[in-house]
Amino acid sequence: MSYRDQPEAIRALVREDAVHRDVYLSQELFDLEMERLWRNTWIYVGHDSQVPNIGDFYSTEIARQPLIMLRDESGKVRVLMNRCAHKGARLVSAMHGQCENRLLRCPYHGWTYRLDGSIRTIPMKSGYEGTALADSPNSRGIVNLPHVENYRGFVFARLSESGPGFREYFGESLTSIDNMVERAPEGRLEVAGGVLRFMHDCNWKMFIENLNDTMHPMVAHESAAGTAKKLWADKPEGTPKPMAIEQFLPFVNGYSFFDQMGVHIYENGHSYTGVNFSIHSAYSAIGEYESLMEKTYGAERARAILGEVRHNTVYYPSLTIKGAIQSIRVVRPLGPQQTLIESWTFRLAGAPAQLLRRTVMYTRLINAPTSVVGHDDRHCYRAIQEGLAAEGNDWVSLHRNWTERERTQLAGNYNGTSEVSMRGQYRAWQQFMAPDTRP
Amino acid sequence: MSNDADLATLTQFVYEEARLIDEKRFEEWYELFTDDGYYWMPLTRGQPDGDNHTSLLYEDKLLLRVRIDRLRNPHSFSQQPPSFCQHVLQAPQLESANRDGAGWVMRTPFVYLESQLDTQQVLAGISRLHVVQLDGRLRIRLKKVELLNCDAALPCIQLFP
Repeated sequence: MSYRDQPEAIRALVREDAVHRDVYLSQELFDLEMERLWRNTWIYVGHDSQVPNIGDFYSTEIARQPLIMLRDESGKVRVLMNRCAHKGARLVSAMHGQCENRLLRCPYHGWTYRLDGSIRTIPMKSGYEGTALADSPNSRGIVNLPHVENYRGFVFARLSESGPGFREYFGESLTSIDNMVERAPEGRLEVAGGVLRFMHDCNWKMFIENLNDTMHPMVAHESAAGTAKKLWADKPEGTPKPMAIEQFLPFVNGYSFFDQMGVHIYENGHSYTGVNFSIHSAYSAIGEYESLMEKTYGAERARAILGEVRHNTVYYPSLTIKGAIQSIRVVRPLGPQQTLIESWTFRLAGAPAQLLRRTVMYTRLINAPTSVVGHDDRHCYRAIQEGLAAEGNDWVSLHRNWTERERTQLAGNYNGTSEVSMRGQYRAWQQFMAPDTRP
Repeated sequence: MSNDADLATLTQFVYEEARLIDEKRFEEWYELFTDDGYYWMPLTRGQPDGDNHTSLLYEDKLLLRVRIDRLRNPHSFSQQPPSFCQHVLQAPQLESANRDGAGWVMRTPFVYLESQLDTQQVLAGISRLHVVQLDGRLRIRLKKVELLNCDAALPCIQLFP
C-alpha cells in the first residue's frame, strides 16, 4: 500500500486511543514524516551560545537538510543550507568552527561567501562572462532559511514556506524554556560540558513518547535504580546521599509518585510531566545558589522559579528539555529504525560551578551510550521495534486514562501516568502528515 | 614485592586486569581499585577533568558497584542475552614511575570487542592504569580509557572497555 497519495490512509493510522504499528515500521511513512511533519513544524537547530562570536558556525542536519547555524556580521544567528551555490559541495564539515576571515569558502573550487550567504568571490570570474550564471539560482549565494526564531538562545527553524508561526506552534509550552533560562542568576544559558551522541536502533517516536511515559521507570529501570537503592538501603537515616544516589533513586519511586506528578498537555504535541513536583524536586540545595537567585529576582520570584521543577518538556517532534537540571536532548531521525539522540548540558550564567557538575553527572548517568538507565530504555525501544513485526494485532494501545474531554479540550492538566501526552503527539502527527481538509 | 615493582610485574598486572573483565570476574576486578579509585572514559580528546565535562564513564567505586550488581540482577533486560567482551592489548609501556609512593602509569593501546548474540562492535583506544602499591598489592587508583572514536555517535557500550 502506498501512503503518499492517500491522506485518508494516513489519517486512519491514528485513532484517538491507539496507533497503527506502521508508523514505527514503514520506510514510506518515515520519508513522509521528513517531508511533512519535520518540515512544516518548528525544529530545534541549536543554541546560540554554540556560536558566541561573529563567524562562529555549528553544522547539523534536520530532515535530511544539511544546515549551518552561524553568527553573522550584525551578531544575528542565521541558518543557511550547508551547500555551495556552485556544484553543491557541503561547505563546512566540522561540527563547530570559525569561518576564516569571516567568509565561508568552498573546499572544492574556492567560491567564497559572506556570512549572510551572498557570494563574495568566484575564482577566474571572467569565465562566466557571457553566460547565464547571473540569472541562475546559483548566483544567489547560499540558501538562507527564512523561518528562523531565536527564542532566548534556543534556535528553531521551519523548513517549509508556509506553516504555523513560531508562537502559534509552541504557545505556552515556551514557559518551560523561560523557566530554564530564569534559573540562571544572570538570565542566560551557555552550552557547556560537551555533547553525548547516542545512536539508537529504533524509531524516533519511541524515544519521544518515552520522555513523558511515567509507567516505565519502576519497571525498566528497576535493575539500575533499584540496585542503587539497595546499596543505599542499610545506611543510617540522615546519611547525606552522594549526588549519584540522589539522581538514581527517584527512578524507582512508586506508581503513585509518578501519577501525582501530573502531566500538562499543550496543542501540537507538546507536553511536560512534573506539574506538581518531579524526580528532580528532592535534590540537595547547592551552596549560595539560592541567595544568588534571590539577589537577582527577589525572594518571592526566586522561590517561584526554583519551585517549578518540570521533569521532561517535549517540544514535539525534535527537542526535549529538563529545565530543572539544565539539560536537553535533541532528536535526529535517520531512518525508520535509526535515531541519533544528542544530549547537551548548560551552564547557568552566574550560578555556582556545582550546578554544571550536577547536570554533567546526570547526563552521564542517564543519557550516555554507557548509561545503565539508557541501556534498559534502548533495550525496550528495540524490543518494540522487533515485537511490532508480529502480525495478528496491528494496534499499539494508548488507552490509559483516556477521557472524553480530550476530544474537545485536549490542553490542560492530567494525572501523571495518563498516556494523554502520546495521544496528543499523534493528533499533531496526523494533522501535519495528512491535514484534515474535509469541509 | 618491593616498593619498586619491576616492569614484568606491572605488565602482568595490566594483562590480568583486562583478563578479569573478559572472564567476567567482576568482584575480583572491583577489588583491584583503591577505595578512592576511578574508572574514567573521557568524552573528548584532552579532556581536563570528569567533573565539569561529561564523560562516557566517570565511575567511583560506588558507581562501579551499581554497575556490577546490576549485571547480576535478573531484571537487567539489556543483558538478555548477555554481552561478552574481549580486550586485545598491545604490549604495555611504563609511562611514568614515582618511587615516592605515587606509583606507576602503564600505557596500553588496545582493541576491544563487545558482542551480544548477533551484534559485535569494535572499539580501540589507549588505556592508562595508574597503579599504586597498597599493603604489598598492586591496586588501581585510576583507569583512564581514551577511545579513538570518543566523539562518535556510539551505540550501547554495556561492559568495560
